[in-house]
Amino acid sequence: MPKAHDILFRTLADPTRRALFERLCREGEQTVGALTAEAGVSQPAVSKHLAVLKQAGLVRDRHAGRQTHYSAQLKALAPLIDWTRQMTGFWESRFDDLEDLLRRMDQ
Amino acid sequence: MSQVVTEPLAVVVEREIPFSPDKIWRALTQPHLIAEWLMKNDFEAAVGRSFKLEAEWGVVDCKVQAIEPSRTLSYTWAAQGLETVVTWTLTPVDAGTRLRMEQVGFQPDQKLAYRGATAGWPRFFESLEGVVARID
Repeated sequence: MPKAHDILFRTLADPTRRALFERLCREGEQTVGALTAEAGVSQPAVSKHLAVLKQAGLVRDRHAGRQTHYSAQLKALAPLIDWTRQMTGFWESRFDDLEDLLRRMDQ
Repeated sequence: MSQVVTEPLAVVVEREIPFSPDKIWRALTQPHLIAEWLMKNDFEAAVGRSFKLEAEWGVVDCKVQAIEPSRTLSYTWAAQGLETVVTWTLTPVDAGTRLRMEQVGFQPDQKLAYRGATAGWPRFFESLEGVVARID
């Protein structure tokens, strides 16, 4: 489980990669060329980022003729949601302990 | 009373607590008190200071980012392969203090950031929220 978190977090920690992924989420399937046009980095750099996203399971590629189309794989985000739930539970119980402590503390 | 608001990679827990901001501030910043509700630690209230939180399940590496006594405290929180920022905000209210904890992942100020990605940062959470709603 921590491993799935790790890979996902490291993959999305890069802002360029995150922007590419975000765009695929927002606009649906895109070719490498279309992604490059707005990415602000070179096509080889975009391809490299897409390969990392693919390895993390965040995107899927589809070859059609000489074009490769990429699409976002939303299910790969599940560990992020797990993380959010876990941390919410964690902080809720820390708040409980903090309140207990405050009741015991001198003014 | 307790309110929980969650977004992907933004965890917010907010509560009204019937104690003064000054008293809560002590619990948030004195190592022996932090140990009682959070984790064993070597916290020091100085901006830029690194400290560790230790639990049975591992260590959290932290660094103090901002301090405004009895009002706000913020530190980085690196664990499980993710660096996040935890920010505490204390607001005086009639019944005591409204205490808010916000933990946010993926900092926008990374060196690699380029303009488009930085501008897109707040939208990432919004779009993720929509995206997540569609996951079955």
